[in-house]
Amino acid sequence: MNKISLIIRREYLTRVRKKSFIIMSAIGPLLFAALMVLPAVFASMEDKELRTIAVIDESMVLTSYASGQPVSVIPETEYLKFTALDDVELETLKENFESTGYYAVLYIPSNIFNSERAILYSNKQPSLDISSHIRNAMEREIENMKLVANDIENLDQILKEVETNISISNIKWTKSGEAKRSNTGLVMGIGYASGLLIYMFIFIYGSMTMRGVIEEKSSRIVEVIVSSVRPFQLMMGKIIGVGMVGLTQFVIWIVFTGILVVGATSIMGFDMQQPAAGQPAATELFAEGASTAGAAADAEALSDEIASGGDAFIADIMASFESIRPGKILLAFLFFFLFGYLMYGSLFAIIGSAVDNETETQQFMLPITLPLILGIIVMANVMNNPHGPLAFWFSIFPLTSPVVMMVRMPFEVPAWELALSAGLLILTILGAVWVAGKIYRTGILMYGKKVTYKELWKWLRYKN
Amino acid sequence: MDLLTTHDIVKDFQGHRALDHVSINVPKGSIFGLLGPNGAGKTTLIRIINQITAPDTGSVIFDGRPIRRDDVFRIGYLPEERGLYKKMKVGEQSLYLAQLKGLSQAEARKRLKYWFEKFEIDSWWNKKVEELSKGMQQKVQFITTVLHEPELLIFDEPFSGFDPINVNLLKKEILKMKENGSTIIFSTHNMASVEELCDHISLVNESKTLLEGSVSEVRKKFSSDIISVGFEGDPEAIRQKLNKRFEVLEIKENGIGKEARIKIPGASEPNELIKELVNLTEIHSYNEVIPGMNDIFIQVVESASKNKKTKGHE
Repeated sequence: MNKISLIIRREYLTRVRKKSFIIMSAIGPLLFAALMVLPAVFASMEDKELRTIAVIDESMVLTSYASGQPVSVIPETEYLKFTALDDVELETLKENFESTGYYAVLYIPSNIFNSERAILYSNKQPSLDISSHIRNAMEREIENMKLVANDIENLDQILKEVETNISISNIKWTKSGEAKRSNTGLVMGIGYASGLLIYMFIFIYGSMTMRGVIEEKSSRIVEVIVSSVRPFQLMMGKIIGVGMVGLTQFVIWIVFTGILVVGATSIMGFDMQQPAAGQPAATELFAEGASTAGAAADAEALSDEIASGGDAFIADIMASFESIRPGKILLAFLFFFLFGYLMYGSLFAIIGSAVDNETETQQFMLPITLPLILGIIVMANVMNNPHGPLAFWFSIFPLTSPVVMMVRMPFEVPAWELALSAGLLILTILGAVWVAGKIYRTGILMYGKKVTYKELWKWLRYKN
Repeated sequence: MDLLTTHDIVKDFQGHRALDHVSINVPKGSIFGLLGPNGAGKTTLIRIINQITAPDTGSVIFDGRPIRRDDVFRIGYLPEERGLYKKMKVGEQSLYLAQLKGLSQAEARKRLKYWFEKFEIDSWWNKKVEELSKGMQQKVQFITTVLHEPELLIFDEPFSGFDPINVNLLKKEILKMKENGSTIIFSTHNMASVEELCDHISLVNESKTLLEGSVSEVRKKFSSDIISVGFEGDPEAIRQKLNKRFEVLEIKENGIGKEARIKIPGASEPNELIKELVNLTEIHSYNEVIPGMNDIFIQVVESASKNKKTKGHE
C-alpha cells in the first residue's frame, strides 16, 4: 500500500475510535441546533443606512390622504422612509427599479384585510428588522381598523377576532427578470451557521493536527517514521487524515441534526411530507405568476399555495431555501471548509513541529488565531451589509475568506469575487504547504531548543 | 567489499559545520562502530545515510551505487531518540511500522508473531504502549527495526535504557544477524561493547574523522611500547637502574604484589629490558600493554582538542 495512504489510515482510525470523537459526535448536533437561534439575535442589530421604500397600496386603507398627498401610515424611523405612490404601476416600477433609488417596494393588495399578506420587492435581501418593522406597523393599523369597525359589546370575542398576523413575503427581482422568494432569517441563518462551522472546524482540527505533530515529537517516534517516509509525506498524511476525521464528524453532525429536526417537527405536529411535495409546484407557480400577471398573480399564487400546501411556514422556508441555490452554497461550503482547513492545518503543523510541548505553542498561536477570530468578529457586520467594502475585503483575504465568504454566500456574491477569493486561497495553500514542509522537516528533529521566529526563518532557508 | 561508503560529506547548519569532509567505509558483513563524543556529528551522518537529511556536498554509495529513495526498505534504523505512539496498541503499531518499511500486512503479522514469541512478549499484543515499561518498549522498538530483515542495520546507542539481561539478549541477536549476512553500523560511547562487537571503527570528533580502520589495526597502531612487569624487590632500585635506558612510568603496590609500567624507547628492545630485570629482581609477570578502545578514544579526542587550543593561541 502507498505510504501516504498508510499514514492517513492510521491518523484517521486512531482518532475516530477515541472517546472524545464519539462524545463530540453526540453533543455537536445539540450545539448546532442551539446556534440556529443566534441569527435572529444578530439580524435585529441596527443598521445605519437611510433607505426609502416605495409603497403601492391597492387597498387604500394603509394610506392617509389628510394632507392632500398620499402618506403611508407606516411610521418612519431614523433610517427608514416610506413614500406612498398611488398612480404608479408595479410593472413600471419593476422595470425602472435600479434608477428609482428605492431600497424596496412594498405592495399591499386590495384584499389585505382578508389575505393579511403583503409583498416586499427588492433586488437585495432586505434585513429582518425592516421586514418586522413593516409587519408590526401594518398589524397595528389593521387591528385598529378592525376594532373601530366592531362594536365593543363583547370585548373578549372582539379582541380575539382582531388579532392579526401579517407575514411579509420577499420577492427578489433579479437581473434576468425572474422573481424569487427569499427569507432573510433563513439566509442569515445559513450564512452564519456555515461560517461558524468552518471556524470551528479549522480551530478544532487545526489544533488537532498540531497536537498530533507534538505527540510524535515528544514520544520520539518521529525519527523512526521519517527513516521510512519523507517528512513531507508524514505531514500531509497527518493533515489529510485529521481533515477526514473532521469531515466524518461533520457528516455525522448533519445526519444527527437532520434526525433531531425531523424528530422535533414531528413532535410539534408538522407534516413534513406535505410541503416537500407541494414545494416544487409552488415555485413553479411563482415563476409563472411573476412573468405574466405580476403582483396580483403573485399574491394569488401565495393564497393558492396556502390553500394547497397546507402549512405556509414550512413551505415558505422551503421555497426560500430553493431561492438561495442550496447546491451552489453547499459546493462553496465544501470548498472553503476543506481548503480553509488545509491552509490552517499546514500553519498549525508548523507550530507543532517548532515546539516541544503544548505550553510552548502560545507564542506562535496568535498570528494564526487572530485572522480567524477577526473573521468571526466581522461576521455580524458582514451580514447587515453583505456587499459593503468590509465584507468584500474580508471575503477576499485568504486567511479570513473561508469564514467570511460563507456568511456572504447566501446573499448572492458576484462570480468574479468568488473566483478571486477561491484562487487566492488556493495560491495561499500552495505557499503554506511549501513553507510548512520546509520548516516541519527541520523542526520535528529539533529537541530542547527555544524556538523563535528568527529560528523558523533560518529553517525555511535550509537546503533539504 | 563495502556495502556503504560516504564520500567527503559536508553538512552545514547556520553558522555551524556539522560534518567536515567525512568519509567512512562500511565493509559488507561487518559490525562497524561509529564512535565520537557528544555533538561530534554522528547523528547527522546517520540521518544522511537514512536520507532524513541530505548532505550539502559529498555522496552516499550503497551497494555500489548512489543511494536511492527505495533503499530505505533495505535499511533498519534504531535512533537514539526513539519512542512509540503511546496511545496505540503494541500489535497495531508494530504492523503499521512494518508496513511503512514495505512489508505486506500478512507478512508483517507472520514475522511479528515469530519475534513476539521469541522475546516472550506475545501477551502484549493488545496492550497500549503507555502500559509498558521503558525496557519493554525498547524490545518492541528493536523488533520493528529488524523485522523487515534489512541488509544494513543502524543502531544509535542501542543499549541505553536496557537492563544487563536485555543487553545480552540484544547482543546475541545482533551477532546472529551478522552471521546471517547483515551489515551493522553501531554508534555508541560504550567502548566495552565496541571491543566486544565491532570489527571496524571510525572515530568522529568535531565534525571530522580522526581515526578509521579495523579494531585490531587501530589498537596495534596505538600500542604504546609499554610493558607491565609484576615483580618482587625494591622499587627504588628498579627505578634508579632502569631509568638510564628505559622510562619507568609508575610503580604500584597492591595486595598481589608490585607492578611497574615501563616504556621502552625503541620497539626492538623488550628482551633488553628482561635482561636488566632478571639481574635486579624476581619477575612474576611480563605483559605488553595494549590500549583499550576507551583509552584510545580519550587519547585521540583529547589530543585533538589540545591541538585546537594551541592553534587558537597562535
